[in-house]
Amino acid sequence: MTTGPTIGVLALQGDVREHLAILETLGARGAPVRTSEELDGVDGLIIPGGESTTMWRLARSFGLLEPLRKHIHDGLPAYGSCAGMIMLADRLEEAAPGQETIGGLDITVRRNAFGRQVDSFEAELDFPVLGEPPMRAVFIRAPWVEGVGERVEVLARVAGRATGRGVAHAPDSEAVTGRIVAVRAGRLLATSFHPELTADARIHAHFLEIVKEA
Amino acid sequence: MGTDRINPTTQKRFEPVSDQTQSTSQSASSPVSTETGTARVKRGMAEMLKGGVIMDVVTAEQAKIAEDAGAVAVMALERVPADIRAHGGVARMSDPDLIDGIIDAVSIPVMAKARIGHFVEAQVLQSLGVDYIDESEVLTPADYANHVDKWQFTVPFVCGATNLGEALRRITEGAAMIRSKGEAGTGDVSNATTHMRQIRAEINRLRTLPADELYVAAKELQAPYELVREVAELGKLPVVLFTAGGIATPADAAMMMQLGAEGVFVGSGIFKSGDPARRAEAIVKATTFYDDPDVIGKVSRGLGDAMVGLNVEEMPEPHRLAERGW
Repeated sequence: MTTGPTIGVLALQGDVREHLAILETLGARGAPVRTSEELDGVDGLIIPGGESTTMWRLARSFGLLEPLRKHIHDGLPAYGSCAGMIMLADRLEEAAPGQETIGGLDITVRRNAFGRQVDSFEAELDFPVLGEPPMRAVFIRAPWVEGVGERVEVLARVAGRATGRGVAHAPDSEAVTGRIVAVRAGRLLATSFHPELTADARIHAHFLEIVKEA
Repeated sequence: MGTDRINPTTQKRFEPVSDQTQSTSQSASSPVSTETGTARVKRGMAEMLKGGVIMDVVTAEQAKIAEDAGAVAVMALERVPADIRAHGGVARMSDPDLIDGIIDAVSIPVMAKARIGHFVEAQVLQSLGVDYIDESEVLTPADYANHVDKWQFTVPFVCGATNLGEALRRITEGAAMIRSKGEAGTGDVSNATTHMRQIRAEINRLRTLPADELYVAAKELQAPYELVREVAELGKLPVVLFTAGGIATPADAAMMMQLGAEGVFVGSGIFKSGDPARRAEAIVKATTFYDDPDVIGKVSRGLGDAMVGLNVEEMPEPHRLAERGW
């Protein structure tokens, strides 16, 4: 058995199992988190992909929203993919009525920014912090980051696109430089896409480094 | 469809498929060969729904109630299965106006049903921008021999199954998600239970077979050997497995999750009950805490009347929807 850190995966809804599986391949101890007691026992937290409005409502109903905010405010390292990025954002565009987040990341995230499921896509993504080769990034009804605070580091961008009934709200200049799809600020990491759906464990390994440094 | 068409032979091998519709990249951003409608994108969408509840809705109003209750997606249809059963006649794809209205009303994914084998209904639903198509036995089949060739679509499909062979045949045709059929519109969970147990038992059996017996197992399941071997190795379907058909209470949903469902479809059970908003929220909570009887008990209190229900055993077989599809 490993003596490494315990990484919680928020298990209210979403692709929890994929994150736990990828943690296992890295030799880390993963643990599903549904209660504040379970949250107290982790050294880092992953918020998975899923439906952000469902996660928010369940977190609120079961009294988990405030403990999550407190832990993250107090420095708990966290990584969010897709819906997890939405949950970590301080500000949302296209939120459901009344939708709240955990917050902590000084970013504005637009939900479903790349469009509907017919617009969902995969692409080769340069991710300089991780080096070569590029990531095979899977975007599913994905959000993008529309604005970042001063202390937020942009880690990756992808060319903006919108087809069919897809939505394209952001200004055209962004379409040239590329939409922001990965960010880090301190101990918080977020991606619009789903590395857990591929065999590429580099993002999770990067997050484990953040946890170990914390 | 046009340029969104996918080459089915390459996609079946899960290799990247080039898509001429995309290549808008410039300068700093990652240069892209972006691909839509890949198996990973289709199956991945279902992965994101796991642990969630997908609710049948017939109006934009109901869709909002479902979203407010915490549904991960809604299923747009003209009549819930209980009404289809009661009124009879031919049940078809919904009016596009209705689907548009629901898409505009909510920010969560919207699914819609097409008749078995009705590939043009499926083309229309794709062009409307629905997020998933349910090729469903709840509607009247349009083809009694063939299901839709789902590889030809960018939008993913979910299909019903009563056993492992049926599930694997649907996956062979391109389904990116499977649900038990159960017996829709009854509020009787017994058939969903049977189907979930059946699929689980057949997967468990495959796991115990020596490699040289998988060939015959494939023959018996009437499914491709490669897929049978994959299931034997994984110990699960290669796509997400939800349950559907007769789920009416939080305890029903939790039981299906304990039997191995990865999420729940609720059809008539919500909007045919006394207090849809509360029941919907309770089923969402029970699905997340499916293994915690205290939570299930708590959310089950004071929900008002459940849908009245029909006893499947007392229904003549020609009236059973699960017999549709093969």
